[in-house]
Amino acid sequence: MEWIQQLVNGISLGSIYALIALGYTMVYGIIKLINFAHGDVFMIGSFIGFYAIAKWELGFFPALLLAMVVCAIFGVLIERIAYKRLRNATRIAALITAIGVSLLIEYTTIYFRGAQPAAYPEVITNKSFDVFGVQISSTSILILSVAIVLMILLQFIVHKTKIGKAMRAVSHDADAARLMGINVDNTISATFAIGSALAGAAGVIFGVYYTKIDPLMGVIPGVKAFIAAVLGGIGIIPGAMVGGMLLGVVESLVSALGFSLWRDAAAFVILILILIFRPSGIFGKNAREKV
Amino acid sequence: MRENKKLKKFGSLLVASSLLAGVLAGCGGGDSSSSGGGSSSGGGSDGDTIKIGANLELSGNVASYGSSIGVGADLAVKEINDKGGIDGKKIELVKVDNKSENSEATAAALKLATQDKVVAMLAPATSGNTVATVQIANSNKIPIVTGSGTAPNITVNDDDSVNEYAFRTCFIDPFQGIVAANFASGELKAKNVAIFADNASDYAKGLAKSFKDTITKNGGKVVKEEAYVAKDTDFRTQLTNIKAAKPDFIFIPGYYEEVGLIVKQAREMGIDVPLMGADGWDSPTLVELAGAKALNNTYITNHYSAEDPDQKIQDFVKAFKAANSDKAPDAFNALGYDTIYYIADAIKRAGSTDGEAIKTALADTKDLSLVTGTFSVDENHNPIKTATVLEFKDGKQVFNSKVNP
Repeated sequence: MEWIQQLVNGISLGSIYALIALGYTMVYGIIKLINFAHGDVFMIGSFIGFYAIAKWELGFFPALLLAMVVCAIFGVLIERIAYKRLRNATRIAALITAIGVSLLIEYTTIYFRGAQPAAYPEVITNKSFDVFGVQISSTSILILSVAIVLMILLQFIVHKTKIGKAMRAVSHDADAARLMGINVDNTISATFAIGSALAGAAGVIFGVYYTKIDPLMGVIPGVKAFIAAVLGGIGIIPGAMVGGMLLGVVESLVSALGFSLWRDAAAFVILILILIFRPSGIFGKNAREKV
Repeated sequence: MRENKKLKKFGSLLVASSLLAGVLAGCGGGDSSSSGGGSSSGGGSDGDTIKIGANLELSGNVASYGSSIGVGADLAVKEINDKGGIDGKKIELVKVDNKSENSEATAAALKLATQDKVVAMLAPATSGNTVATVQIANSNKIPIVTGSGTAPNITVNDDDSVNEYAFRTCFIDPFQGIVAANFASGELKAKNVAIFADNASDYAKGLAKSFKDTITKNGGKVVKEEAYVAKDTDFRTQLTNIKAAKPDFIFIPGYYEEVGLIVKQAREMGIDVPLMGADGWDSPTLVELAGAKALNNTYITNHYSAEDPDQKIQDFVKAFKAANSDKAPDAFNALGYDTIYYIADAIKRAGSTDGEAIKTALADTKDLSLVTGTFSVDENHNPIKTATVLEFKDGKQVFNSKVNP
């Protein structure tokens, strides 16, 4: 029975990784940038949700929505201010800028509110359901359902709407898309907005599930989500979902086997193995550069 | 060129003046922080006062610990002086701020030893800062007593040699593990226990080890040992493993930031056995993180409780509240208070203010009755004293019992 319990633990953790990984993978897919500030957007989302619930006394869903909207705007601002002018610069320049933005967000937050952690208020009465000896808490069911709904919504946006079509076109070939009359800048902004909104949602969910939030909370989940994105095949949306879930489950199983101190190491070993044996990830196609 | 020269001159003037300002500020700080009615300037303790130094964290990141010790010490000095002092001589407490830094602590100890010529010193509140002053104490033959430095290496070096002039009023880290184990097998009748320790801190590892040794000696069985690392947020997988082993008691040495989450997640998963920790749990943040309800049926060991019905403690609480606008004393206040009484008792028994005599008297202390427990000093200069066990009830620490070593 503990194995099923561990699987449930892993899936809850994995759905948070998956939500963050989606933002990484979408941004990479469209401008080939690893947005290291993404983990900090996740942190900002978590704090917006915290203030919404603790100070303005909103419920869970209004807080979630507010965090997503604010993060979407925040993501677009980051893109417009920091990354847009680097669009034609080398990729290493953009990458270093992303790290700079990440540190800027973290330490600005510390400057304004201090580095001490905050405790998320209990917004949903937590009940545990006993299913064949497995304890499933209502929050973990909520997390999973919110994550799945958001992922379905994302699939719908990407495949059925005009902006989704534009995103796919820009990701395939930005110059050709521009020639076809697609506003590339706006499409990129939209991508940042959607990715950041998902990170914001993940932030609120994380707060509700794990209670403790602090200004540097985005660093480790950000790196883990990056691994999840690479694992699934960076740039591929279903890859990020599967990669996130898989990483969460693997981490839980490693702990279940009694190697809890090796949990983080396991994630990085996966990253190394993937980079050596299958750099394009689980879902990645082995695309050759055409000359 | 000319302008350059001018600039240089101005620059050096600026440096000189800021240096001067620094020196002046330093002096000012020293003067204003020395308390007591001491008008005797210099001359050591030959007059009718006995000078005791206090090398404390009055600013910096652990300022709350040092200041609390200082407030407790002030009360003790006042009480002793009101009763006529030690053999007719009044105590004068000379406080110096070590800014919560090791190097400043060394400098402060040196100042107290050589300039103020104190006969004994209250050492800093934290272990690291206290260790930084041990060398000064040994070479100047001035005993130091820390109120709350719990690390074993303050009094005993790695090669098992005892630092002759270093003492403490609090118990040492591993002792809390022993107390917790005795409480678990005695009061709670626990047979199968689990340990969930922070693998990144020496404090938690020391506690886990002594707990394990003692509980095994008491006939208990450790059915599961799990570990985590500070800053983790997800403990559910380890807790699932622990739950599967069906312990009837879980020992969780660690600090409140992680423990708060562990307690919350454990209760969510339906682990309802007693949980226990040590003084690392003692913070209001713990209650915020875990929630008052999850904390029911959890226990901690601590130095003292203001709710202890013991007459000596209630007298102290009353006196402290009267002197500090009705604020209840915390463990640091009590330890600071006790440290002064510990030193005063030794000076009295030594019958002189000679460092070596005081040192011998401190080491010979037996059955001294203090607020944080009656204690005797062992051969390693560590007090053997009772620890207090507190229980959380609806988010409040409630006095449960006292456990002897």
